[in-house]
Amino acid sequence: MNGIRTFATAGRVLRQLSHDPRSIALMLVAPSMLVGLFAWLFSDQDGVFDTFGGPILALFPFVVMFLITSITTLRERRSGTLERLMTTPLGKADFIVGYALAFGLMAMLQAVITVAFAVLVCRLDVEGPLWQLGLVAVVDALLGTALGLLASAFARTEFQAVQFMPVLVFPQIILGGLFMPRDRMPDVLHAISDWLPLSHAIDAVAAVSAGDEGWDVARPLLIVTAFAVGSLVLASLTLRRRTP
Amino acid sequence: MGIRPRSGEEAVVVRDLRVRRGGTPVFEGLDVAIPRGRITGLLGPSGCGKTTLMRAIVGVQKIDGGSVTVFGEPAGGVSLRRRVAYDTQAASVYGDLTVRQNLSYFARLIGAPRGDVDRVIEQVGLRPQAGQTVASLSGGQENRVSLAVAMLGSPELIVLDEPTVGLDPVLRAELWAVFRALAATGVTLVISSHVMDEALRCDRLLLMRAGRLVADTTPAALLADTGESDPDAAFLALIERGTAG
Repeated sequence: MNGIRTFATAGRVLRQLSHDPRSIALMLVAPSMLVGLFAWLFSDQDGVFDTFGGPILALFPFVVMFLITSITTLRERRSGTLERLMTTPLGKADFIVGYALAFGLMAMLQAVITVAFAVLVCRLDVEGPLWQLGLVAVVDALLGTALGLLASAFARTEFQAVQFMPVLVFPQIILGGLFMPRDRMPDVLHAISDWLPLSHAIDAVAAVSAGDEGWDVARPLLIVTAFAVGSLVLASLTLRRRTP
Repeated sequence: MGIRPRSGEEAVVVRDLRVRRGGTPVFEGLDVAIPRGRITGLLGPSGCGKTTLMRAIVGVQKIDGGSVTVFGEPAGGVSLRRRVAYDTQAASVYGDLTVRQNLSYFARLIGAPRGDVDRVIEQVGLRPQAGQTVASLSGGQENRVSLAVAMLGSPELIVLDEPTVGLDPVLRAELWAVFRALAATGVTLVISSHVMDEALRCDRLLLMRAGRLVADTTPAALLADTGESDPDAAFLALIERGTAG
């Protein structure tokens, strides 16, 4: 890995984004709007938003970052620029980490804005410290970024990349514990949900919201981080200098 | 840098190259040698294997057999990535970045000096457009940005896939002057084209057809050999001779 080339790549991705205000708006504002909509939906039912608000906070940044990352990376793979990059000294890890850094920074901004909106405007009740909720949101968004990078390797077109949503993302949402606590699921589904990163992301948010401390928060957070790092490693392994 | 080549030294040696794309063979044992410090033109109809050969030389083509050696090392090796520059046929630059932002990024990747960005912008005649996004340029201008990337740093081998497509004759002549100046400093250039009149500007010609080398010659020898006055007719004459014999 080479720092100069990694940061040059991250800077280039951010510069591309800066020419695309609509995508920035989508990334930074859309999750807050969805959280707001959710809060409004349950505004007449006491305590519902406090129960579901947290997990929702884990969900939207994950989905938005997954979509944006997978399509942006796919564009690079298809446009011929990746082929050209592969003839330069840029390493595969430089490329992947450069992307992860750029979108990770956006994910961080997004998490700060969304958590602030949920707590200050929507009055989400959080027992644990706010910074922990922010941290969980950032890690979740990073997971979305990492999975998006990986998914882009298996899609040939933007259309296929979007198709990964129902295959990779929706099952994780359904089995993540949002609709039904995971320990009340049929055994097989519970076992499957243990292997889905989003389940642990939602666990982490739930733990912070409930005011749990120590290992109860750290454990799911570490699992999500491991999934994110694993996806990044896999994504860089899918890059090929030589193609047919 | 400009190290004058010793005579007879080869920049690229291709031996028994075998490549399949999409199940059909492109090359079944191709042998090619490209001399150092010269402009070698790669000519032939669309689909004859020009791009595949260029991709093999820069080391991004998956090959099924044989060897491609560049400056004595296996093509695509780590130490070659700074010495070899490649411009793909479709402009491979970022449409949502400006001309200058594109060049700055690639300059940092290959560790080119800062002043290089301005030098190459000047060389491809894009100074007025330097602050514009590539997406707002015309197709010909976009190709020139992509070409400029290949001229960053001090590559010893520059591989250009149809760099002058869609350019007006004045600009084409200017770019050939740049290519000629690069070759004069000892840089090896491999330039593909399907425009036969560009053949006359090269030092050496490789004429390809259906994955085979039809001729390895010079412009003067090609014309003298076939008795034709324009390269298009000469190419046809060669092919007819090949199918007859």
